[in-house]
Amino acid sequence: MIMSIILTMVGLMAFAWHTGNRKEILSSPVVVPIKKDSIASVKAFEKVYRVLMSPRCMNCHPSGDIPLQGDDSHLHEMFPKRGKDGKGLFAMKCGSCHQPSNTPGKHSPPGNPEWHLPPADMKMVFQGKTAAELAKQLIDPKQNGNKSMKQLLAHSEDGLVRWGWQPGEGRTLPPMSHAEFKKAWETWLNNGAYAPKSKP
Amino acid sequence: MINLTINQKPYSIDADPEMPLLWALRDLIGLTGTKYGCGVAQCGACVVHLNGEAVRSCVTKVSRAAGQKIVTIEGLSKNNDHPLQLAWNEISVPQCGYCHSGQLMSAAVLLRENPNPTDQDIDNAMAGNICRCGTYPRIRKAIHLAAELQKKEREAK
Repeated sequence: MIMSIILTMVGLMAFAWHTGNRKEILSSPVVVPIKKDSIASVKAFEKVYRVLMSPRCMNCHPSGDIPLQGDDSHLHEMFPKRGKDGKGLFAMKCGSCHQPSNTPGKHSPPGNPEWHLPPADMKMVFQGKTAAELAKQLIDPKQNGNKSMKQLLAHSEDGLVRWGWQPGEGRTLPPMSHAEFKKAWETWLNNGAYAPKSKP
Repeated sequence: MINLTINQKPYSIDADPEMPLLWALRDLIGLTGTKYGCGVAQCGACVVHLNGEAVRSCVTKVSRAAGQKIVTIEGLSKNNDHPLQLAWNEISVPQCGYCHSGQLMSAAVLLRENPNPTDQDIDNAMAGNICRCGTYPRIRKAIHLAAELQKKEREAK
């Protein structure tokens, strides 16, 4: 009798917990795919995180308002500032030096037609974020540039993202190929976009 | 042939589209006010305006400038009377002067976008323009003076 009461209580608590989670997911503007595999998702995000925290990605997702530079992610020489739209300030706009394509030679400005930081009202910081924090941030439209799940999936093919694998002379590549990254990115998202557990 | 509009005048040049704009300005067109400093967008001596924005002409390819409006130091004003030029003259800002066409072109973008800049705004705008003579205090002072001159000029109109 006591055992059956305990089991019933555990069952009710589990239902309540599950319902609570579902409510949280349903209230999110991001459409979460039906297929869910938290193990595959979290495992894929480990790869995604390694790429996003590499200098080619993180340098333009700084915690401050000055971009980072180089494989050691030091503050950008000349201290250009983010500006409201992420494209710099006054005579120090990104496009002042960064051209539509990489300028040849070591220590020359890398380039892309869309070169910019995230805007001031949504900084999309990578620097200093744990895997758990970054995963949650990436799927939150209030923190990811208002991107839907569909837009997030497409983002791995964004021109500026792809630039990371064509960064010009003297810059190391992300720790895996773009194809491998894209596969991990899609696996993470398509399996429920689970965040790794936060470390205590 | 590549068509450029420089200081409101049309030019047609026979150049490799990959040629730095600075080369075209100085060697093909003869506008030598814009200076070569580092060649890798690190010093600011070569700043010109491309459709009103400051760009470093040493790394800006002619192809990017084709069909666009370029302004060099020679075209900043008709009679060397831009408020910045007047202020530079009043305060005797330059020492050797080599970097100052770039300094002025950068400062002109600042004053257009922010007619009353603070010291911090000036730092934000000018941090990419290096002066080997260290005329930075005078540059800052002159930009403040130019802001006043610009304000008076506008009030007088």
